[in-house]
Amino acid sequence: MLATRRYLALFFPFLPAERWLRTAPKRPDAPLVFAEKQRGAMRLASVDAAALAVGLRPGMPLADARAQVGDLTIVSHDPVLDQDWLDRLAQGCARYTPLVALDAPDGLILDIAGAEHLLGGEAGVITDIEMRFARLGMTLRHALGPTADAARALARYQARPAPDEASAIRRLPVVALELDAEATTALVRAGLKTIGDLASRPMANLAARFGVDAAMALRRILGDAPSPLDPRIAPPPVVAERRFAEPLGSTAHATKILTELAAEAIEDLAERGKGGRHFRATFFRSDGLARTIAIETGNPTRDAGLVMRLFAERMDGLADPLDPGFGFDMIRLAVPRLETLGASQLKLEGGAVKDAAIDELADRLATRLGRGRVRRFRPADTHIPEQAQLELPAIDAPAPLPWQEPDPGEPPTRPFHLFDPPQPIEVIAEVPDGPPHQFRWRRQAHAIRRYEGPERIAAEWWRRRDNGGLTRDYYRVEDAQGRRFWLFRHGLYDEKPDPRWYIHGVFA
Amino acid sequence: MRESSYPLAGLRQRIARIAASGGFESRPAEGWLKSGHASFDDALGGGLAVGRCHEFFAADALDATSAAAFAALLALRTPGRAPLVWLRTSDAGKRSGHIYAPGIAELGGDPDRLLLVETPDAKMLLACANDAIRCAGSAAVIVESWGRFPLFDLTAGRRLALGARDAGTTLLMLRLNAAPAPSVAETRWSVAAAASHALEANAPGAPAFDLELLRWRGGGAGMRWRLDWNHDEQSFSPNAGDTALSGTLLSLPARRAMASHGAEAA
Repeated sequence: MLATRRYLALFFPFLPAERWLRTAPKRPDAPLVFAEKQRGAMRLASVDAAALAVGLRPGMPLADARAQVGDLTIVSHDPVLDQDWLDRLAQGCARYTPLVALDAPDGLILDIAGAEHLLGGEAGVITDIEMRFARLGMTLRHALGPTADAARALARYQARPAPDEASAIRRLPVVALELDAEATTALVRAGLKTIGDLASRPMANLAARFGVDAAMALRRILGDAPSPLDPRIAPPPVVAERRFAEPLGSTAHATKILTELAAEAIEDLAERGKGGRHFRATFFRSDGLARTIAIETGNPTRDAGLVMRLFAERMDGLADPLDPGFGFDMIRLAVPRLETLGASQLKLEGGAVKDAAIDELADRLATRLGRGRVRRFRPADTHIPEQAQLELPAIDAPAPLPWQEPDPGEPPTRPFHLFDPPQPIEVIAEVPDGPPHQFRWRRQAHAIRRYEGPERIAAEWWRRRDNGGLTRDYYRVEDAQGRRFWLFRHGLYDEKPDPRWYIHGVFA
Repeated sequence: MRESSYPLAGLRQRIARIAASGGFESRPAEGWLKSGHASFDDALGGGLAVGRCHEFFAADALDATSAAAFAALLALRTPGRAPLVWLRTSDAGKRSGHIYAPGIAELGGDPDRLLLVETPDAKMLLACANDAIRCAGSAAVIVESWGRFPLFDLTAGRRLALGARDAGTTLLMLRLNAAPAPSVAETRWSVAAAASHALEANAPGAPAFDLELLRWRGGGAGMRWRLDWNHDEQSFSPNAGDTALSGTLLSLPARRAMASHGAEAA
């Protein structure tokens, strides 16, 4: 049998209110409610403890709440900010275990099996979590359970204390199954008030009467069916971390520790014969929040100096600098992406050293500007000109593919610069479907002296269902000053009454 | 010469000494970016010096492609697979068009050698150029700017040029839609498109360039060339349209003068 798993569910009953209060200028005197438009009427989406105490409940129409309590602080509900805050809390919980899952709404589930010994058992973990969330001003309800669903149900619905976990689960009300309102009412009408009541009946009868969902939900809570966790971050293969009894107040000191961790992680990589492609440094603050900074390299690396240079580059470029707050009490360096990296030998002529210098430049600039801004070109197999080249992040280093070879003795048929999208121009042609004679682009007229064409490029009708693409007739033209342009007429005269002209590129 | 001020005289002597020995420009070039056209290269003492800064001005906003292509083809002529690092701001694609790799491949250049870096603004362009230029192993670094580039002053230019010299990389500054101004560049060029040698049925021929050497630290300026790009030979050759005028130094009327004549005629 597998080792028993232990799940810790955290539930923040007043998450929107407490999230809002963190940035509010001052605590409002009146009860705080979050209003949201639901089915055409303003309703309460969430309330704080004071509002709950005077009888306001989520789902209530705002007008009723106002009638009931004259003095209210009403804030518009922002689920995106709430989700964001929950995500940050989840990041902070990564200090206890890498397996942290978001448990919407307003909850987290941690798989703490095997992780609790660090803090003196489950009780130690819970004390630590309570302390940190209290410092963040978050009201927390928590429960441990043998399955994720059981822990979640206990954290959210346990009303009465119980001598042990199994009986606590059996005492949970049937709402803990989180079925729809109709099914819950039906269960209660049938006299089945608790999970224990349900568990004592034959499962088949339950499924027949209240649906398969009810039976499955019950089995998951009782631990008969698996309730797998979907962790926010998969556990990385290589991790180096350090905890401090006394939190570090300075970012410079934290960076120094990161350097040591990089050396440890790289030793680990060397033992496995691997190099890291992706490094994530997480700085855990003593108040329970955490900040992750990640870097990527184009080639697998075991160069601690390079990794630290990229981290320094990344930290310099942060719009929102690393803030120690009350101090960092744990730093973790994870290497989630490894690739095989053999021992390398330098070439005599120094080629490898020079290649490495360019790769490092690409990594550094990609770290500073964003991976999408440092690119290499790859051909794409299409004859639509604007799709014939791919610009891929250099960091992904795709294998080169052959390009179209130039025809001997022929001038290039594709321009040096391409406009995407093509720019509309006004064209005068001698005959309607003939070559252009003169065109006007960017408020300047160009008389055409030489031309070649048309080169007909049909739309890729097999890709577009509506057959909406028009045929393009391309002309290579040269104006009186010797500038060479790539023009096309969008549509043939039998496809369209008055086809437009575009400039698509400029030749060298 | 007697100086009225003693410290001033000392300083002047020191400057003279630096200029005479081991000065910034006096170090010999380590190599050349050659056009492949013998008399063009000879006139420049071998070609465009490696490890230096060269500026290419587009004669007109519409000549941006010619200036870019000339600089890129020169750099891509270097044998081997050393990358060409091309830095531009992210709005450059809208102004002069996206760099189109299939077109470069048809010119005989290897698009796999291009490393394109797009920066959000001119300030970042200069910062990244400083990193790129200090990185040995590139064929050249092209920095493409559009319009006036006030950040690229003499100090910034000198910093880039020193970086280029120390790392032995070549800096090709593409100055599009800008007017030439004093700088630390070893050579400064005005590039324009030239009429190509027509093929059968009056089709446009091989890429042709009209070059004017505006400044050269090693010699006189004002020389002009008309060069064609021959993609089979991967080199520049004299403009086929000008075979009637033998010789390489063509005394063409200045383009700007031509434009004014044109205006009169109109």
